[in-house]
Amino acid sequence: MPEQLVYAMEVSLNGLMAGVMYALVALGFVLIFKASGIFNFAQGVMALFAAMTLVGIQTGQVPFAHMINAIFGTKIHHFGWEIHSVIAIVLTVFVMIALAWAVQRFIFKHLVGQEPIILFMATIGLAYLLEGVADLMWNSEIKKLDVCLTDGTCLPQGINLAIDEATYNIFGYGFFIDNLDITATIIAIILVAALVAFSQYTKQGRAMRAVADDHQAALSVGVSLNYIWILVWSVAGFVALVAGIMWGAKSGVQFSLSLIALKALPVLMLGGFTSIPGAIVGGLIIGVGEKLFEFFMSSNDLAGALFGFTMNATENWFAYVLALIFLVFRPQGLFGEKIIERV
Amino acid sequence: MKMKLGTMAVAAVMAASPVMADLVFPSLSYRTGPYAAGGIPFADGYADYFTLLNERDGGIGGVEARVLECETGYNTEKGVECYESTKGQGALVYQPLSTGITYQLIPKATADDIPIHSMGYGRTSAANGEVFSHVFNYPANYWNGASGAINYLMSQGDIAGKKIALVYHNSAYGKEPIRTLEELSAKHGFELSLIAVDHPGQEQKSQWLQIRRERPDNVIMYGWGVMNQVAVQEAANIRYPMENFIGIWWSGSENDVLPAGDAADGYKALTFHGVGSDFPVFDDIKTHVVDKGLAAGAGDQIGTVLYNRGLYAAMLAAEAAKTAQAIHGTADITPGMMRDGMEALEITEEKMAGLGLPGFGPSFNVSCENHGGPGLIGMTQWDASAGTWSLISDFSATDMDVIQPLIDADSAAYADENGIEVGCK
Repeated sequence: MPEQLVYAMEVSLNGLMAGVMYALVALGFVLIFKASGIFNFAQGVMALFAAMTLVGIQTGQVPFAHMINAIFGTKIHHFGWEIHSVIAIVLTVFVMIALAWAVQRFIFKHLVGQEPIILFMATIGLAYLLEGVADLMWNSEIKKLDVCLTDGTCLPQGINLAIDEATYNIFGYGFFIDNLDITATIIAIILVAALVAFSQYTKQGRAMRAVADDHQAALSVGVSLNYIWILVWSVAGFVALVAGIMWGAKSGVQFSLSLIALKALPVLMLGGFTSIPGAIVGGLIIGVGEKLFEFFMSSNDLAGALFGFTMNATENWFAYVLALIFLVFRPQGLFGEKIIERV
Repeated sequence: MKMKLGTMAVAAVMAASPVMADLVFPSLSYRTGPYAAGGIPFADGYADYFTLLNERDGGIGGVEARVLECETGYNTEKGVECYESTKGQGALVYQPLSTGITYQLIPKATADDIPIHSMGYGRTSAANGEVFSHVFNYPANYWNGASGAINYLMSQGDIAGKKIALVYHNSAYGKEPIRTLEELSAKHGFELSLIAVDHPGQEQKSQWLQIRRERPDNVIMYGWGVMNQVAVQEAANIRYPMENFIGIWWSGSENDVLPAGDAADGYKALTFHGVGSDFPVFDDIKTHVVDKGLAAGAGDQIGTVLYNRGLYAAMLAAEAAKTAQAIHGTADITPGMMRDGMEALEITEEKMAGLGLPGFGPSFNVSCENHGGPGLIGMTQWDASAGTWSLISDFSATDMDVIQPLIDADSAAYADENGIEVGCK
C-alpha cells in the first residue's frame, strides 16, 4: 500500500477521534438550543468553570481565597485535604446544577418572551460573568487534571500500543492513536446513549422534548418551563464538565479552555443546532475533513507535487469553510429541523 | 484667622521646598484572561522589585518608585488604552508585555518621548537604536533565540544533514525566527521544516503526527499560552525525546510543563536570565516585601521563571533610572532622561552581585547603535521530579554575522517606510 495512503488512514482515524472531542463541546450547545431556543455563548466558559471547580474541589482549594485574604488579611489557600476524583465529580455536578438554577432564576426567568438575539446577548454577558467568577473562585493558575476511578485507574494518555502493534503488522507502519481520545470516544458514546435514553424513557426527558417541540403546548399540559430549563442547563453543565475534563486533560485546566467553543461552531453549523446525532456526525466530518486537508496541504509529496506549494495551519479556517459549503446546500445543517414560516 | 494664616504659611513652605515626585513605572499587566497564568508572575516580580527598592533603599536615588498597573488582558486595544491613560502621569518607561502592543506603541511612544523596553519580545529590529530611538530590546531578542538554539545543538554535535523542525504559533511572533533559521540552515547545512500551529493551539494532532512521520532530530518551539502545554503533552504522547525539544523563553515556564507531569521531564527552554530562587535578592524580597505583607500577589510565585523575568525587567529599569539620574544630575528624572539612561546602561557582573543577583544575567552595555544588547543566550532544562528548571549552559554569544544584517535590513525598511532620519541623536 502506498505510504501516503497509510498515513492518510492514520490521519483519518485521528480526525475521527478529534471530531468526538469537538462533538462533546457541541452537544452542550445543542441541548440548550433545542430546549429553549437559546444559543448559549457561555457553553465554552461553562466547560472551563466545571473543570476548574472539579480541580478546585479535588485539591481542597479554598474558593475565593485571594479575595478572602485580601479583605481579611488572612493567608488561607487550601483546606489541607484532597478529595477523590469520583466524589469531586459528583460535587461538581451539584455545583453545575446550582449554577443552572442561578442562571434560570436570575437571568432567563426575567427574559421570557424576549427576542432570541436578547437571549443570545444575555449568554454573552453570562460568559464574561462566569469567567470572572471562575477566576475569583479558583484563580488563574494552570492546573494539572488527574481524574482517577476508585480502583486507581486514571485517564490514560499517550500512544495505544495495541493499535500501534496491530497496524504495524498489517501496514509496516504503526498508527498513533491517543489513549485519551479512545477514552473520550467511549465516554461520548455512553453520554449520547444516556441522553437518548433519558429523553426517551424518563418523564423529565419526555417533558424536555415537549418543551423543545412547543413551549406553549407543553405549558398547557402542565409542564413547568422553569423546571425544564433548569434541568436542561444542568444537563448542559454536566456535558460541559465532561468536555472540560477531556480537553483539560490535554492542556491542563486553564482559561483557554473557554476557547474550545470555537471548535464547536463549525460542528453546529454542519450538524444543525437541534440534533444530538447531528452534533456527533458533524464533529466527525469536521474532524476528519480538517485533518485530511491539513495532511494533504502540508505534504511535499501531495500538495507540493500537485500545486508546487504547501500550506500549514489550515485546520481552523478549513473547518468553517467546510461548514459553509454544507450550509449552501442545507442551511438547516445536516440534521437540523427545516423551518418553514408562512407569512 | 490665625488658623487660616498658619495653613497658608505651611502651604507656602511646601511649595517653596523642592518636592520629589514619584518615579512612575507603568506595568501593562494581564492578570485576567487566557494568558493570566503567564501575566501574573511577571507583574508580581516587576512590582515586588520596586517595592523592595522603596522599603530597603528608600527608592531610587532617594525618590520613591511607583508602579502604575494597568490591566491589558493581553489585548492590543486595551494595551494602547492603558498607554494613553497612564502616559500623562509621568510614566518613565513602558514594558508592553506583548508584541502586538509593542508594535502599536512604537510610533506613539517615540512621538511622546517615552522609552519602551520590550525585553525578549516585540520588534526584533528595534535593536537598531539609530532607527528606533525610543525602543530597547536588550538583552536578547527572538533572532538571538533562534541562533542560541542552533548554537546549543552545535555544541552537542555536528548538525549538518540533521532535520530540525520549527513548531511555531501562526502569528507575527511565531514567524519571527523563520528567516534567521533559514539563513542558519543554509550556513550549517541542516534541513529545516516549518510547522505552524493556529491560535490558540488546543488541537495539534496534525502537527505532531507530521513530526512523528518525519522524525526530526530536534524540535524548536516558538509558542505561547495553551499552545505550549498541548505541545509538550503531544510530544510526550508520540514519545518524542524531551531532551531534543527546545522552547523559546516564552515556552519555558513552569506553566508550560506542569500539566504534562513526569512526561515533561528533560524538556529544554532558552533563556536570557537566571532561574530559581537561589539568589540573595530573594532573601531581601522575603524580608522587606513578603513578610511585611507588601507582595504584589500571594507571594507564591517567587523564583518561578516568569516572576524572575519580571524582577529582571524591573532591575534593568531601576538601573537605567539610576544611570539617568547620574547623567542628568537630578533624582527627579523625566521620560526623556530615562531614555538617555537606558541608552547608557551598563550591566556588569559586579553590579549584578551588588544587587543580590550574581550570575543572574549576562553583562552588557547598551549604546545608541545597539539597543538590543549582546544577545547572550543560555539553556535551561526541566526536572519534573524536583519541579525545577536548571540552567545547563553558560550565557553564550549568538551568530551576529547572520542576525545583524537581518536587523539592518529590517530597520532600514522601517526607516524608509516611516521617513525616519537614521542616526544617533
